[in-house]
Amino acid sequence: MFTQLKPEIDQMKQMVRNYVEREVEPYAQQIEEEDKIPQHLIEQAKELGLFGISIPEEYGGIGLNAVGKAVILEQLGRTHNGFVSLISAHTGIGSTGLVKLASPYLKDKYLPGMAAGEKIAAFALSEPAAGSDATNLETRAVKRGDKWIVNGTKHFITNAPVADVFTVFALTDKEKGAKGGITAFLIEKDFPGFTIGKIDKKMGLRGSYTAQLIFEDCEVPDVNVIGEVGMGYLSALKILGEGRVGLAARAVGSCDKLIELSASYAKERKQFGKPIADNQAIQWMLADMATETEAARMLTLKAAHMIDDGKKVIKEASMAKLFASDVFNRVADKAVQIHGGMGYVADYPIERFYRDARITKIYEGTNEIQRLIIARKVLEG
Amino acid sequence: MNIVVLLKRTFDTEEKISIANGQVQEEGAEFIINPYDEYGVEEAIRLRDNHGGEVTVVSVGGEEAEKQLRTALAMGADKAVLINTEDDLDEGDQFTTAKILTSYLTDKNADIILAGNVAIDGGSGQVGPRVAEGLGIPYVTTITQIEVNGKAVSITRDVEGDSESIQTSLPVLVTCQQGLNEPRYPSLPGIMKAKKKPLEEIELDDLDLDEEDVRAKIKTLDIYLPPQKAAGRLLEGDISAQVDELVGLLRNEAKVI
Ligand SMILES: Cc1cc2nc3c(=O)[nH]c(=O)nc-3n(C[C@H](O)[C@H](O)[C@H](O)COP(=O)(O)OP(=O)(O)OC[C@H]3O[C@@H](n4cnc5c(N)ncnc54)[C@H](O)[C@@H]3O)c2cc1C
Ligand SMILES: Cc1cc2nc3c(=O)[nH]c(=O)nc-3n(C[C@H](O)[C@H](O)[C@H](O)COP(=O)(O)OP(=O)(O)OC[C@H]3O[C@@H](n4cnc5c(N)ncnc54)[C@H](O)[C@@H]3O)c2cc1C
Repeated sequence: MFTQLKPEIDQMKQMVRNYVEREVEPYAQQIEEEDKIPQHLIEQAKELGLFGISIPEEYGGIGLNAVGKAVILEQLGRTHNGFVSLISAHTGIGSTGLVKLASPYLKDKYLPGMAAGEKIAAFALSEPAAGSDATNLETRAVKRGDKWIVNGTKHFITNAPVADVFTVFALTDKEKGAKGGITAFLIEKDFPGFTIGKIDKKMGLRGSYTAQLIFEDCEVPDVNVIGEVGMGYLSALKILGEGRVGLAARAVGSCDKLIELSASYAKERKQFGKPIADNQAIQWMLADMATETEAARMLTLKAAHMIDDGKKVIKEASMAKLFASDVFNRVADKAVQIHGGMGYVADYPIERFYRDARITKIYEGTNEIQRLIIARKVLEG
Repeated sequence: MNIVVLLKRTFDTEEKISIANGQVQEEGAEFIINPYDEYGVEEAIRLRDNHGGEVTVVSVGGEEAEKQLRTALAMGADKAVLINTEDDLDEGDQFTTAKILTSYLTDKNADIILAGNVAIDGGSGQVGPRVAEGLGIPYVTTITQIEVNGKAVSITRDVEGDSESIQTSLPVLVTCQQGLNEPRYPSLPGIMKAKKKPLEEIELDDLDLDEEDVRAKIKTLDIYLPPQKAAGRLLEGDISAQVDELVGLLRNEAKVI
């Protein structure tokens, strides 16, 4: 059921795989060292249509379903995770709100540029006081005439320094809070009163930037409300829900790459007069890595299929995100172990994946929050 | 301009290939557009973009070749033709393929036909020239550059690492060599559009050919992998001793002098 892809999706998978292997991989080390994605790679990704995978064809994208997106993100996951973050934050949480919830006016205005990669998107929910508890927002928006005046600070926003359009969540009714008091806005980088704060120094995901957003009496036209006023929290949950499947798919792709690197290293590296792959200790690690990765892939594809079938996937999307990110971390740890000292030094890509894996257990909802969501559903029966 | 590209589905020689019972095993092998034909597709698209016209990709093969044809359509070709020989032929050779293609192309009035220099599986380099002979048009092999000006065609071809300039005129068949261009990736929107482009499927019957007309002239006795390359050997000592040893080895061990 999960393995038979439509011919065009299969073709896309092949193309992205080749592109990643031949064009992006040769620059992975450079991206890591310079903390910068070469512009020509971004241009190539635009030409290939990678920025438009979530955007409907009528707006210049290709409107892939969830399975199609998962397949492509899995292939992207095989390379530098910072490079992938730029694209996936844009196509995932950055685009979903506009595509699924915005007015025709907003779609016409922003989606074509986003599909072409000319306008990069970001998603801004987190704040210093609102991480896992996203309802605890302090950013406020007050209506004045046909404008909203936004004040507050967001942090850890992926793509912030390079993005043109931001889906921003703000409190519009403190009394109601999460139940009707949070609204989503589409904010352009040039709106008056909006500045980008300091860029974070991170453990990994180099080449991808996260930063603070600062709103000081920022003026946002009323037509830039995404969805209905007051319904922002539900929107955020919906956007994040679908994003989780994409994150899981990327993690699975990274696992595939780590397994390939580890297997080929184990066959070549000789100690005690034979390849280390001849030791059961190494073989068992490879067996566990492969088995867990396959299980994560199936869980991810199952959630994606459910989205495409129009089913509720809150539980399954959380399961996929939780499991795939945990597996990614276990696989990366074993990959370091198999590589011995080589797994710990920056000449090899292994330690990079090891660091990049860590964030997948934290963002788009920490794994504790995923367990909370899953448990709630299980207990509901 | 009416541009035709001859395209073969082949296994990817950069991936692992295994052989059993004298046959390359399809299970586990990756299949691609023959890389030299891919140069042809790319050049055809560029010629069309510069001069107008239409690019048709043609493949002789089985149902599976549809995937490679769709890839060519996704790169930008306008239409595809699959001459499906699955039901009619058990085996074929370069004669078979060339004969079928010639029959198909006879009344198509192609201005330029682009083929690969060789297919990386069989490696014969015969199909292109045979088709040109069959159609009675000139051909130029291993081209690395082509310019069309009205009916005049200037070509640079690779001759074992050196290059040769040739002037000819339309219609012409060329075979493409590495260096001709850098084939584009099919873009995601291109792949979506390709779904709606025409892919015609015909059989030998439609070309008024029967099995006898195209029977292979080559009999394959065996297919086997090249022997594993032995590890190299480093000679040591001063230069004259090394030269003596090398000459000795070439004479007595390799028996080449
Ligand atoms: C590199 C990076 C990129 C990011 N990109 C974005 C982005 O693009 N947009 C955006 O909006 N945000 C983004 N974030 C923010 C990210 O989503 C948050 O960091 C995440 O949701 C966790 O919030 P927090 O950091 O405030 O941690 P906290 O919520 O303070 O959590 C700290 C710890 O407490 C645990 N915890 C909290 N509540 C509970 C509970 N009820 N039960 C059990 N355990 C609990 C957590 O699981 C965690 O282990 C990004 C973060 C990083 C680091
Ligand atoms: C930061 C750093 C600092 C270091 N400092 C020093 C130092 O100061 N001095 C020094 O001398 N060395 C130093 N080392 C080297 C370190 O001790 C070696 O990296 C370590 O001994 C592992 O050897 P290796 O890297 O060659 O891995 P390998 O021996 O190639 O091991 C690769 C994998 O194969 C496994 N393996 C190998 N043989 C077997 C077997 N028979 N059965 C089962 N599994 C097997 C290993 O457990 C490992 O998982 C340092 C290394 C690093 C990364």
